[in-house]
Amino acid sequence: MSVGLNTLKTPGPTITALTKPFWDAAAEGRLKIQHCEDCTRAVFYPRPICPHCWSKRLAWKDASGRGRLASFSEVHKPGHPGWLPAAPYVVGLVELAEGPTILSFILPGTRPLQVGDMLLLAPTAIGGRVLPAFKPVEPRAEEKPQ
Amino acid sequence: MSRPKGTIVGIGELKPQRLTQGVTTLEMIAEVSRLAVLDAGLEPAAIDGLLVGPQVGETPQHVPATIAEYLGLAPTMANVVDLGGASGAGMVWRAAAAIEAGMCETVLCVLANNREETAPRSPNRNPIREFDVPFGASGANISYALLMQAHMAAYGSTARDFALIAAAARANAQLNPDAIFFGKPADVEAVLASPMIASPLHLLEIVMPVAGGEAVVVTSAERGRSLRKPVHLLGAGEKVTHRAVSQAPSLTSGPLKSAMARAFQQSGTRADEMDLLSLYDCYTIMVAATIEDAGLCAPGRFGAWLNDHDLSHKGDKPLNTHGGQLGFGQPDLAGGMTHVVEAVRQLRGEAGGRQIGKAGLALVTGNGATMSEATALVLGAA
Repeated sequence: MSVGLNTLKTPGPTITALTKPFWDAAAEGRLKIQHCEDCTRAVFYPRPICPHCWSKRLAWKDASGRGRLASFSEVHKPGHPGWLPAAPYVVGLVELAEGPTILSFILPGTRPLQVGDMLLLAPTAIGGRVLPAFKPVEPRAEEKPQ
Repeated sequence: MSRPKGTIVGIGELKPQRLTQGVTTLEMIAEVSRLAVLDAGLEPAAIDGLLVGPQVGETPQHVPATIAEYLGLAPTMANVVDLGGASGAGMVWRAAAAIEAGMCETVLCVLANNREETAPRSPNRNPIREFDVPFGASGANISYALLMQAHMAAYGSTARDFALIAAAARANAQLNPDAIFFGKPADVEAVLASPMIASPLHLLEIVMPVAGGEAVVVTSAERGRSLRKPVHLLGAGEKVTHRAVSQAPSLTSGPLKSAMARAFQQSGTRADEMDLLSLYDCYTIMVAATIEDAGLCAPGRFGAWLNDHDLSHKGDKPLNTHGGQLGFGQPDLAGGMTHVVEAVRQLRGEAGGRQIGKAGLALVTGNGATMSEATALVLGAA
């Protein structure tokens, strides 16, 4: 990445009344997802009914912000021109500790990324709005080679 | 086991072009439909069923009526099949099912697209637009790159394994003068040396978008017997699981697994009995996953399988003898139907210089979105 992400002219989310709690929380640096009060499963992306049991009893809760990298790609030729100044950048599939998978922007760590890496929520201003990006969990200090 | 019975009696195909100028999709649909009905030896009046695809930008609604009117048809069954790259294969069994249900007797299945330089961007307002695009993931390349990376991580498959698929497609395209990459072979080294688009996906592992059109005519098994070289639908299967890659039940196996299993079950055949593999190939990973999901090799072992087999028309496992979409070009939704049209050519024994030897059975697959819309057909020679 050679430019400030926040100066990018990238497309923002197409927010609806239903999805607004997710984006309002994102703007405050939190990751909020729905949980079904009947089948107890976590739900992403937001819906009016639980996709597992079709219950309407969905409650918003803050997620732990922990996840595992299920896959990733370093994007050299973005599909939208607004991303061109940022290329190459990394997007990944993040399996949240709560269960669902979210596609997100992955910030660079100190080591090359690998599938299976543990990730943490890293709210990041991109294109003029704070988005729930993720970053790799760095190895603890005592594990670092001296 | 119950199955939709039908025969494919006509095929039409337009030579792909990189760009069109001032040509509508409707005009191309008319051209390719005429070819298919002529090929069937039928009069237009014989067509009483019509299956078409969605047309982003040109005709957002009322597509069947618009096309019927344009072609002078008055079908007694008309519908849109909207399964992305699985639409072509999906049309074939739907046509057969409608015929068996007594709603019509002979169905035109047609897909085409122009490709003007000033195509509008997708007007999507759906979960992918809201939850993927803002993070920098627009378009199919990134989705398939994520699937490919997941396969490499799970099984240790290599960039070279995937490049074999693109190189084989290019090699087969050298025998198809209509293919967009005819006269432009590319070996494994060339594939690996092509620009990285979204790691681990190289440029030459991605289909080239082109303008084009494909059509097939499906009629009843009974009527098919009186026509020239009918090709029989022996079995079909379909499954749709998700749209966005983040919602995929698996990153290394797709819904084609169950769709193919059903098609084999209906037809009483096995994957290893197929004389032609006509497998949807928008990206190299799609072919890799399909070979594994078909049970031709163990999960994760497609690279070894490719090394063990000759995929040319003379080989022991002919795969995408028209060049696949990786070699032929991808005329949008019609790209999926190229796999149907080539299978019919081969099963009729009309594939000319690329005719396979024994041509009794063909597996045709269609795939849409991000390994999410799947249709499989088993076709048999008369």
